[in-house]
Amino acid sequence: MSARRLVGLETEYGVIRPQMPKANATVLSAQIVDAYAQLVAEQSSTATAARWDYADETPLQDARGFEMQRSMAHPSQLTDAEPELEESGIWTAESIALDGNDARVGSTLYQEKDSTDVVMNMVLGNGARLYVDHAHPEYSSPESLTPRDAVLWDQAGDEVMRRAAQTAQRMGSGELLLYKNNTDNKSVSYGAHENYLVPRSIEFSSIVSGLTPFFVSRQIFCGAGRVGRGMLNERAEFQISQRADFFEAEVGLETTINRPIINTRDEPHANWDKYRRLHVIIGDANLGQVSTLLRVGTTNLVLSLIEANMAPALELVEPVLALQQISHDPSLTTRVKFRGGIELSAIEIQRLYLEASEKYCAQRSIDDPDTIEILTRWAQILDVLEHDPLEAADQIDWIAKYKLISGFTERHQLTLADPRVAMMDLQWADLRTDKGLYYRLAARGAIKTLFSQEEINQAVATPPEDTRAYLRGMALQRYAPYVVAANWDALSFAVPGARQISRFHMSEPLEGTRQSVGDLFDANMEISEFIDELARRK
Amino acid sequence: MTQESFSARRNTQNQATETEQVQVNTTGQSAGVDDLLDEIDSVLESNAEEFVRGFVQKGGQ
Repeated sequence: MSARRLVGLETEYGVIRPQMPKANATVLSAQIVDAYAQLVAEQSSTATAARWDYADETPLQDARGFEMQRSMAHPSQLTDAEPELEESGIWTAESIALDGNDARVGSTLYQEKDSTDVVMNMVLGNGARLYVDHAHPEYSSPESLTPRDAVLWDQAGDEVMRRAAQTAQRMGSGELLLYKNNTDNKSVSYGAHENYLVPRSIEFSSIVSGLTPFFVSRQIFCGAGRVGRGMLNERAEFQISQRADFFEAEVGLETTINRPIINTRDEPHANWDKYRRLHVIIGDANLGQVSTLLRVGTTNLVLSLIEANMAPALELVEPVLALQQISHDPSLTTRVKFRGGIELSAIEIQRLYLEASEKYCAQRSIDDPDTIEILTRWAQILDVLEHDPLEAADQIDWIAKYKLISGFTERHQLTLADPRVAMMDLQWADLRTDKGLYYRLAARGAIKTLFSQEEINQAVATPPEDTRAYLRGMALQRYAPYVVAANWDALSFAVPGARQISRFHMSEPLEGTRQSVGDLFDANMEISEFIDELARRK
Repeated sequence: MTQESFSARRNTQNQATETEQVQVNTTGQSAGVDDLLDEIDSVLESNAEEFVRGFVQKGGQ
């Protein structure tokens, strides 16, 4: 392997209705997802190729409910006071929920009366999943194979959410604000998870030992920055990571309580005998493209080291403490304790992993452009951080935020406890490009990006071509009316006249690529012919 | 745009060139920060204390 690996990134976004701070978060999240479903439906019912810059391609055309009937994927607007909605009690229940009662989305918005556990859940034409996860709208990116593609389709998720919020407002749901952050800075944290495909043959214990020092220290280039200390924000102090103070364990299955540095969830969404899906919950959600690139690319390389049994042999005395000690020191000089009496700074830990990765790639003559780019950027950023962290303010999220907030407090002679500082910390992650401080800074050229807005828009409408996300996304774009269910590793079609549902398993994530099935879509077949051909290929 | 041209949007050469161009440019960063701070009052939510207090989330993963 190399810096290339099958990866998917999930983001839970913070959501509020500023005019109604106590609005039910699950309902707000459902309004976001529903608004996007409405937007997709609008686009598919009008002329194709109208919205996007495609001459030949249909625009983001259709997405269908995930294990949901088609009629349910296009629900009536939440905010429409249509008589039939009122009659069925939907609008009333939602109104009650918005007033702060703990209404369950499944029983109020889209659920049929006799069923209890529907969640809002869509698969998009770019192969991603958009759904309500607990009390947050979540975008799970399509599987991608290179670090750059992981960044691009993660950025596409931010754009999807932005459009959803705009659509919700246009449809009369009021102003909904979304934040790509990981804490409300009161007591709650929500995640930005990474998923990496690894061979099941790798011992999980070697994943734990190999990854822990890396995860504890990688925040120095992919932390999102936070003004606040402790889960309860006891003090206004700047720290590197949004998430660090919410971790309490070294290894475990939980994701919402007693969070572990290494999560043991074992649900590969692929061939179980062959693969493991490493579910990483320790990362911050990054708005910055370079921080995301480094987060994914370096992790891919470290997993390769572990597979080759070449990871640095380091064992932290107290990993959770070390994670927080590093996060609490923006000067990056803190040293953390390892067994054997060794103490290393985060930069020194990262250098050991970088050197091992360089050796690994040299031994195997790995020189693909993705791997070279990650190795180069990794080395460069460690040099810059060692010289002066502030010099990385145009690349690294936490440093960009730190520089902006420091500039503000110095200019106005304020402490970090000033409410406007807390506002800046929050508004940094506001997804509105005219309000979000990350976007305002990026628009001034003060933050390096890898992709243009046009490229991000294309990724909203188009799946990656080199994974099964291609088959999933294209099937939804071209044959949406016939897709009755879709998930990570299966696609089900209902063909007119056929007596059975045609279900295709996609347990091999590297199949279903443009190379293997692209011609089927190019041929523009009727659905039955398409299903027959697809079955023949499998 | 066709699928082909979309997938060809990146090639090895410009990826390598971009990597080489990673360099420290603190002047540009500082100008951007100063510029944003000059107009921060018009960008930042005006009712900061209340707004931040109202940003209450439910638990997530």
